[in-house]
This record gives sequence, C-alpha cells and structure tokens, in this order.
Amino acid sequence: MTTPLLACEGVSKAFGAVQALYRVDFEVQAGEVMALVGDNGAGKSTLVKGIAGIYPFDEGHVSVEGRRVAIHSPRDAARLGIEVVYQDLALADNLDVTANMFLGRERTRRGFVLDESSMEHAARETLQGLSVTTLGSVRQTVAGLSGGQRQAVAVAKSVMWNSRLLILDEPTAALGVAQTRQVLDLVRRLADRDLGVVIISHNLHDVFEVADRITVLRLGQRVAMLHRSETSQQEVVQAITAGTLDHVPGMADAAGVEP
Amino acid sequence: MTVDPRTAPDVDASDVIGPEDELPPAAPAVSFDSTPDTLGGYLRRWWQGVRAGELGSLPIIVGLIIIAIVFGTLDSTFYVERNFTNLLLQMAATATIAIGVVFVLLIGEIDLSVAFVGAVGGVTMTLLLRPDGAHWPWWAALGFALIVTTTIGLVQALVITKAGVPSFVVTLAGLLIWNGVVLILTTQYSTSGTIRIQDETIVGIANDFLSDFWGWVVAGAGVAGYALVQLQTARSRRARGLDAKPLVVIVLQVIGLALVVGAAVWYANRDRGIPSVTILVLAMFLLWSFVASRTRFGRHVYAVGGNAEAARRAGINVDRVRILVFMIAGFMAGLGGVILASRLRSVATNTGGGDLLLNVIAAAVIGGTSLFGGRGRVVSALLGALVIASISNGMGLLNLATGTKFVITGLVLLAAVLVDSLSTRRRAARGVV
Repeated sequence: MTTPLLACEGVSKAFGAVQALYRVDFEVQAGEVMALVGDNGAGKSTLVKGIAGIYPFDEGHVSVEGRRVAIHSPRDAARLGIEVVYQDLALADNLDVTANMFLGRERTRRGFVLDESSMEHAARETLQGLSVTTLGSVRQTVAGLSGGQRQAVAVAKSVMWNSRLLILDEPTAALGVAQTRQVLDLVRRLADRDLGVVIISHNLHDVFEVADRITVLRLGQRVAMLHRSETSQQEVVQAITAGTLDHVPGMADAAGVEP
Repeated sequence: MTVDPRTAPDVDASDVIGPEDELPPAAPAVSFDSTPDTLGGYLRRWWQGVRAGELGSLPIIVGLIIIAIVFGTLDSTFYVERNFTNLLLQMAATATIAIGVVFVLLIGEIDLSVAFVGAVGGVTMTLLLRPDGAHWPWWAALGFALIVTTTIGLVQALVITKAGVPSFVVTLAGLLIWNGVVLILTTQYSTSGTIRIQDETIVGIANDFLSDFWGWVVAGAGVAGYALVQLQTARSRRARGLDAKPLVVIVLQVIGLALVVGAAVWYANRDRGIPSVTILVLAMFLLWSFVASRTRFGRHVYAVGGNAEAARRAGINVDRVRILVFMIAGFMAGLGGVILASRLRSVATNTGGGDLLLNVIAAAVIGGTSLFGGRGRVVSALLGALVIASISNGMGLLNLATGTKFVITGLVLLAAVLVDSLSTRRRAARGVV
C-alpha cells in the first residue's frame, strides 16, 4: 500500500442547518484517475471546494503524501500542487493560448518585459508533451477554439505549473463525442504521467472509460468506493440512488449524536 | 456499504485499466505552426486572418485613403503642404488624450471626464506660469499639472474600484466637476475668462517645427529602430525554433515604412517642417504601445478586459490594474490639455468643452478599439485621431456648417463601429468550430 497522494479522513462541512458533507473519507493515488460521482446535492462540489481551499472543512483532516496539511485558501492548495480546472474554465477569450497558459505568471526579462519566445516555446512543449496537437497555433486566440481544445488548454495550464493533483469539474459536460474523446484521452495521459486526477462527472459512460476507481457520494456521505474493473454501471447507479447511509439526515446517528 | 480504500491493491494505473488498446487512438496529430517562412506563406496567412475577421488596421487605412481622395477632389487645398502640417497639429491633442482612452476601453470601462481633466491640467499649468502670479519655471508648472491630472485619475479610480460605482457614473460626475473647476479657475484669474501663456517653451510645444535636417534625422532613427526591433524579434524566435517573420517580409515592411515616413517628412519640410508636437505624440505612442503589448502590466490590462474573473483567479490584482489604467488616462489627458493650451497659447472658460470628449472617444473607437474591453491597440488612438482631424479639416476647407460636420462625423463613427461588430461576428462564426 503506497501512501496516497491525497487523503481526506472524516471531513465534514455544514452550511447552516444543511449538512453538505458528513465524515467523508476520500483518497487519490498518484497515477490514478479517481472518479467522483453522485446525484445533484450529493456533496461532490463541496468536497472539491474544500480540497481546493475555497472553504475549509469543519472537521476531519487532509494529508498530502502522508503529511497532514491545512488548506485555508486556493493559494495553499496551489502550493501543495493541487489545481482545479473549473467547468467555466477561467480562460480569457481575447488572449492567445500562450498568454492564457502563463496568465498571472508571465515570464519576463528585467522584471517587466514579457519574454514571449520563451513562453511560447514552453507552451508548445507542454501541449506536445500532453499530445495535444489539434491546436493550429499557440498564438491563436482562445475565442477561436472548440470546447475540447479549450478544456485541453485549461488542463495544460495547470499541468505546466507542476501540479501533482488535478481536479476536473465536469470536463466533458458541454462537449460533443469527438471532443469528449480528446479530453478523456488527455485525462488518461495525465495519470500516465503519475499525476493524481479527480474527475467529477455525471456521465457514467465517461467515468467507466477513464477512471481507475470510483467514489460514490450520496447525501453528503461516501456510500461506495469501487474499482472500475470489479464493478458495473448498475452497481454504481444503485450506490448513487440508494447507497446505504451510515447516518440518516435529520435523525440521531449510530452514536446517538446529532450533527 | 463503503469499500475500505485500504483494501485497494497496490498497483499502478495500467494494471487497473487494462491494456491501452481499450482506448481508441487520439485524433490524428496535426503539427504546430506550419512555418510561413516565405513571402507567399506569410501573405496567405494574413489574408486568411482578414477573411476570418482579424482586420487589424486595414479598414481604417482604407478609410483614410477614401477620405483623402474625397476631400482632395472636392477641394484641392486639402493636399497643400501647409494643410498637411496643420493636420498634424490638429490631431496632436486628440491623439494624446485618446491613447489614455484606449487603455480605459481595453479594461472594459469608460472615462467621460478626460476632456475636462485635460482642461484642468492646461489651466493649472497656465496659472502657475503667470508672470504676475506664481511664475514657476515651465518644467515645474508642466510637471505639477500632470501630477494633478494623474491624481484626479487616481481618485476617480478609487471610487470606481473601492465603492463599486460604475465608471460611467463616476466619470460623468467628474465631467461636471472638472468643467466647473475650469470655469471657477479661469474666471477667478481673469475678467475676460481667457488667460494667455507667455512662456516660450510651453508655447513652443505645439507651435515649433523641427528643422529640415532634424526631421530627416528623426525619421531615419525611427525607421532604423523599427528595423532593428523586427530583426531582433525574428532572430530570438528562430533561436528557439519558433516560426518567425521571413526576412523578405521584414525588408518590405521597413521599405514601406521608410517610404511613408520619408514622404511625410519631405512634404512637411516643403512647408514649415515636422511639428515638434508630432514627435511628442509619436514618443507617447511608442511608450504606451510598448507598455500595452510587451509588458506584464499590459498583458494584465488585456486579461482584465477579456475576462476579469479569469484574471482574478490567475492571481492578478484586478483593482490595481484598473486604478493604474485610470491614472494613465488622467496623465495622458493632462498632457493633451497642455498641448491644447500651448496650441491656442491660452486657456479660456471653454477649454476642454465642445466636441473634444466625443472626438477622443470616437478616435479610439474608429481606430478599432472595442467598447466592450479586451480588444484594441494603442495605434488606434493615432489612426482614429488622424481620421477625425482629416474629416474636420476637410469639412472646414469646404466651409460646411457645424451641423453638417457633426452629422458626417457621426456617420463615420457609426461606420467604424459597424465594421468592428461585423468583423466580431465573423470571428465568432469561426470560433464555433
């Protein structure tokens, strides 16, 4: 058993009276794709936002490579090599691919003059390293890219900054068949490069194609952690809709303590 | 039932997901950047860009040629040497203020106060120069005036960013406030409301001309500098294995620039020479073009205009960028106000009024800067100011009524915005791949 890249143990998060997460365990190994599935309101986004430092967990702890860490802000997460690629992508349409990949972290000479050729070179290396070769040019503005290409640029941007854990929030939600294919291939290549990848998806077909393990959340609790090779879509659907809860919301839990 | 993660076998990914051939191969690889190292390849790529809606400065150059032909045909004095140097003088203040407006438009904001902020700058400087008053040396009065207008930009920006009031409203209030300040100051120090500038250096800013010799020297230095920068860029890109402008294109561009600049200097020298203020405007153009396109700050300006949320997530201090941009607008407005005062050798109650504000915003937009942020270049301020000055100059020669002038200027502005929105639509159509 290797030390997981990321491990959350017993993390909880409440928003007022709503218990969004209840003592969830979650882990990702380096080099694996972990899918995070569940119905709307199951707590997927809350879990990811906690890991990304957008709002800290109320209880439980998080370790990175076995070391207990405190993540209080996105900056902390970035320092630990955790990057989230959001659904709305956060790319500036009017800038080209290179400028977007280096946004906020531009390379300069003498402190303020952009070192364009060095950035362009690095952007191309990174994209080629990920076998993203469908872009015509790294000097193309992002506005002219397809959804799959934009997703690839957003992912490449995160990879370039030496992140070790990449969290993709619904990366294929708005994409066509061919573009979904491209993104899933890219996800696979990321894991092959020994990154940990968390993919949130509603599409079980995509999940089964790319994930190594599947964590199922239901009503803020983890109801299953399955290996893709040992499970079926029926089993996952069963867990999503009717997985056994350790704690029934609104009732005293097994220990008799109201959360 | 939860499955204990600890029971997960210690295996690497390839064991878990099975052989790679489960996944169909990625889309066929297309190589990056087919290097257009020939003139033909370069032109083809440029033409593809134009057809896809990347028009650049093309429409405005076509527009300028049409304007020159129309007014030249209607009144041949339009082509006279003296009118050419007049045109350069007339566009100077508009172009200077419009450079600041381009920055404001790039971040998707608007500054309606620039004309009167400029006037405040001109009036401040003039009052400090009065021989029977403060009688400051010219450089101190000029410097202080620019500090005042830059500070006005800062204050307005603080209200916009910290209180979250839209820039339209804040600068609309500013328009009224600074108009009032101009009126108060000019009437307080003079019964007629007009204060003359008696400092030779300041008057010289917009009334002196380079000698023929220095005109050629500056032109030669400009062309040589352009050639050096282009060659340097191409060399550093080739050194990294990136595609670069072919040498023949650079040579042709340098020759083209040399011809245009040479013709302008030759023609101006047949009259009084190149105006000194043109050199000042070109220096500002070079400085701010460099800031916008080659510096980290410039990149952040475009990012804030394109997607402020993305900029914020990338760790850019969006408010700081906004504040600096409004300070640039204040500074350039002040400089424009100084040029205006120098050209008229005085300031008066109506300084900064009239159509100055409309002209500077129209110049930036006609030049190709989008009102919606993120798109545009500093050069659009110069090209737009040249269009505005040409139209106004040509209509002046034709003795058209002020009402007719406004209608025609408005139609040109409308045409420019139409070209922009049609080309944006083309780009959008291409964007949906």
